[in-house]
Amino acid sequence: MMDFGLSGDQEALQRAARELLARECPPALVRATAKTADGIPRSLQAKMAELGWIGLAAPEAEGGLGLGTLELALVCEELGRVAAPGPFLPTQLVTAALVRAGSKAQRGRWLPRLLSGETLAALAYLEDTDRHDPAGITLAARRTRAGWQLDGAKLFVQGVPGADLLLVAARTGREGVSLFLVEAAAPGVRVRPEETVDLTRRVGEVRLRDVAVDRSALLGREGGGWPILARLLDLGAIGIAADSFGGAARALEMAVEYSRVRQQFGRPIGSFQAIKHMAAEMVAEVEPARSLVWYAAYAFDHRPGEASRAASIAKARLGDVFSRTVNRAVQMHGGIGFTWEHDLQLWFKRACWNEVAFGDPTFHRERLARIDRY
Amino acid sequence: MTGDAGFNEVFFEDVRVPRRNLVGELNNGWQIANATLAHERNMLGSTTRTQETFQRLVRLAQTQRRNGGPASRDPVVRQRLADLAIRVETMKLEAYRQLTDALRGRAPGIAASVNKLVTTELNHDIARAALEILGSYGPLDRRSAHVRDRGVWPLDFMFSLGLIIGGGTSQIQKNIIAERGLGMPKEAKPR
Repeated sequence: MMDFGLSGDQEALQRAARELLARECPPALVRATAKTADGIPRSLQAKMAELGWIGLAAPEAEGGLGLGTLELALVCEELGRVAAPGPFLPTQLVTAALVRAGSKAQRGRWLPRLLSGETLAALAYLEDTDRHDPAGITLAARRTRAGWQLDGAKLFVQGVPGADLLLVAARTGREGVSLFLVEAAAPGVRVRPEETVDLTRRVGEVRLRDVAVDRSALLGREGGGWPILARLLDLGAIGIAADSFGGAARALEMAVEYSRVRQQFGRPIGSFQAIKHMAAEMVAEVEPARSLVWYAAYAFDHRPGEASRAASIAKARLGDVFSRTVNRAVQMHGGIGFTWEHDLQLWFKRACWNEVAFGDPTFHRERLARIDRY
Repeated sequence: MTGDAGFNEVFFEDVRVPRRNLVGELNNGWQIANATLAHERNMLGSTTRTQETFQRLVRLAQTQRRNGGPASRDPVVRQRLADLAIRVETMKLEAYRQLTDALRGRAPGIAASVNKLVTTELNHDIARAALEILGSYGPLDRRSAHVRDRGVWPLDFMFSLGLIIGGGTSQIQKNIIAERGLGMPKEAKPR
């Protein structure tokens, strides 16, 4: 039988996440966290770890909950709905990399710390060329007697500063891309926060200068990093798409709520067709987009041949839809929507980052065109 | 507008019908008609034909030449095609989701209006993209010696505009979505 819906358990997980985050992550917390040095909401982070969310998609044998990418996407959606700060998704990606390609020793060393929330992680792959392909990875890793020496710079690293563990994509030899686990505290690692418009996330630059790591830092085979990384980028795209869906749905709700109470010319502005039609157009874009997120998450686990295509479709669409929806939501609010005091700005700015993270809509549309052989 | 006669006006003058032809109860026709209209919206909002039309658009882009190569090599055309593909895929998957909801006995809400609004405009946009790819070949009539795809695209462009209007215009669907779906207040009655 055709079944394209959430199971009872999945619905319960999403409901529980929504209730918890409504309580634990109000806009006041988002604003307060924005003023801290590392942008990490410590108590929220601890609660999420306690509930097992960090190991949501990790196998039970590794101490995780053994759930799938769809469940992860539902949590990301709820985090997007409240514009949650903190490096949840980056930590997920590094956890997924360890589960997929980590040696027994690497998994034993890092997974318990990651899953307990003690260690936060970040994926460092982009450089100043802003390329999401193997050619974009030029940070050099040279073999030494004890292991490797890394030299170069990574840009747009989400979750930095704040991450203790970095998964760094480097070039080994002329052709190969390899992945290295590097501690942010290692000698020669310099982390610099990047100023962005998004108040809810931290993005930084990571400079590696003569950073010496031993052999055990290599994740997977030498030169075998790209397939692992490509998979992480799809997962990241799905996570951000889900987050965008949650944010768009929330922005729409806020705009509709406001239109019902705000009076102009002696009646609620929501009774004007200009406002109604704007809201209806938002619904027509947001509501069906949910299916893209669900399918991309499902395909990631169960339809490997369609996973990249589905991830690109979801990321391209939700990138556009979130930005457009929150933009219209600001317009429906009028002047108050443009103020610092109004919370809508948190989502408006989050959408700016979501649109480009793990590839912007133009990138993913071209990738789809290539996959579908236009 | 298309030159076909399927669209018309029907006049009734002193038409007598037997009592047994009454559908449902007397004075209860609006509810029944509304249920039928929801089905009509879903029919107009079905993506089966849209998927097929989009595949024809891709084939057109691959064969029609622009600037010395297939149109599908042009980055702008590729973006356009991919965006349409994504919108088609959205409504296809959304139909699966709604079908699953229906099988589980959940109320569809204003889904039919969203389907109708989105899909009829998507159909029109696909035809519009074809005309742009066709350039000067676009407006050629089916009788023209140089016509492409037997002149189906300009016809489709017009026909799909009709379906944006028929079955309740896009503006009517937006009112339904806003008022019944979002619970936004009704418009003030003219004094």
